[in-house]
Amino acid sequence: MGRQVPIVDYLVLDDGPPHLVAGRCRGCGALYFDRRNGCARCFGTDFERVPLATEGTVRSFTIVHRAAPGVPVPYASAIVDLDGGGLVKANVVHTPADPEHVGLGMRVRLTTFPAGHDREGTEAVAFGFEPA
Amino acid sequence: MDATGTAAPRDETAGDEVWVLGAAMTRFGRYPDQDLIDLGAAAATAALADGGVTMADMDVLGAGNLYEAGSGVGQRLQKQIGQTGIPVYNVANACATGATAIRCVYMAIKAGEADMGLAVGFEKMGKMGLLGAKPPSGEAEAFEPSGRYGSVMSVEGRLGTTLMPGVFAQAGMEYAYENGGVGFEQFAKVAEKNHRNSTLNPLAQYRKEFSLDEIMGAPMMAYPNTVLMCCPTGDGGAAVVLVSGERLRSLSDEQRARAVRIGASVMTSDPWTEGDQVQPDVNTLTRQAASRAYEISGVDPSDLDLVELHDCFATAELIHYDNLGLCAPGEAGKFIEEGGPERDGPTPVNVSGGLISKGHPLGATGVANVYEVTTHLRGEAGDRQIPGARVGLTHVIGLGSACCVHVLEKANA
Repeated sequence: MGRQVPIVDYLVLDDGPPHLVAGRCRGCGALYFDRRNGCARCFGTDFERVPLATEGTVRSFTIVHRAAPGVPVPYASAIVDLDGGGLVKANVVHTPADPEHVGLGMRVRLTTFPAGHDREGTEAVAFGFEPA
Repeated sequence: MDATGTAAPRDETAGDEVWVLGAAMTRFGRYPDQDLIDLGAAAATAALADGGVTMADMDVLGAGNLYEAGSGVGQRLQKQIGQTGIPVYNVANACATGATAIRCVYMAIKAGEADMGLAVGFEKMGKMGLLGAKPPSGEAEAFEPSGRYGSVMSVEGRLGTTLMPGVFAQAGMEYAYENGGVGFEQFAKVAEKNHRNSTLNPLAQYRKEFSLDEIMGAPMMAYPNTVLMCCPTGDGGAAVVLVSGERLRSLSDEQRARAVRIGASVMTSDPWTEGDQVQPDVNTLTRQAASRAYEISGVDPSDLDLVELHDCFATAELIHYDNLGLCAPGEAGKFIEEGGPERDGPTPVNVSGGLISKGHPLGATGVANVYEVTTHLRGEAGDRQIPGARVGLTHVIGLGSACCVHVLEKANA
């Protein structure tokens, strides 16, 4: 298999099964996916990297029918409440993108899918959530 | 409050209050032959004339615009309508831009640095389609993580959506998740109401009524928002002249009779909440702004005769019924089902047609809703007049986020 890179650096592919990690503020426990200058809740500047659960519940979703050029539609975008903490936005995949198959409160688990290649043949890997 | 429960009339022109003296807006729409400054000038000169004043009377100008931000829109505007050397504040604050321009003028008057000022919100968008939807940039040479998320490509559409119809759909669906009685039909009823209301408003971009079936059956943008549940892009301008209570005392009887008191002018941004950095939380900052506005003005949501709130999408309006305290907590679905926000309901919402039908030239909206409520409080809203309107509220939200709430009150005789 050729080289794989995660689409974003908070998706970890090379340390056990694919999972998400977050920066957790040591002062107040707030979780972040991005590189931080400080904690937006408590203004702290001390963070630790923690793994997040791979299962969760759909707290909100939409089915997008009109998107940027090049993005296949329809697709289901969802906000997922991860078990044990953390909220993440991703697509609900491996099920039809319609309100009959994607629902509020649905249980889901993390999965990955290919997101394109670069000219060197490296594959980008994205994450989504599939019905659990 | 006195013993009968009615607010005691305050001194009509308390010196430290701020009043709306003049107000105007262009009809929102598409004007290929008018540039941005034409739109701003039309609104500004009409608002000045409406207030019986001129640029010579202005001590400050607040100019709100997004798409040409950074080009000195205020100075470009005054070069067409009157250059008197006053301070100009060019403001950009997402969809709360127009209200931010009002805030600048309001604060200058409250600070004692101005007696009278002009706030203009204007935007030229034309037919822009889906905002923020960039085409793909082609295959990368070699993936290189970049940015604060170490991304190797655009995540839009791959890791959920950040485009407007989807973001506001998600906001509405989260309310549905947390509360019963809310689904596609309740959201669609919001749009049905606003399109129907717009038929009475000659300044609305669109003035066409649609049945609930037509709205739900229209092309889907981001479930549950169909295209008829989304605001259009367009061009337009709106302007208000504000005056201090002290200065108002020296103006004519007609100016004083038509002046509208600003009972509260509040701005908030989004405080940290879990998830706000993943999906914009448009609720907390609205609740905080509304609560503060009710506290400052002494007005209760049940006192409001009309509300012009930020219905960029039908899903947004519904959750703001709850955020603004227009309905009992969790009962926004029940509120629309029972006709609460209808013209003849307890709290008419968006009788102008709202952003959905009146239009949403981004920088203009936060001034246009103040124009609308002012017009009703003056009894000058024609066919769409809410009879006997005495107190109204305006609300705008710009993603990022910024929220502005104004409480406006008719002068007591």
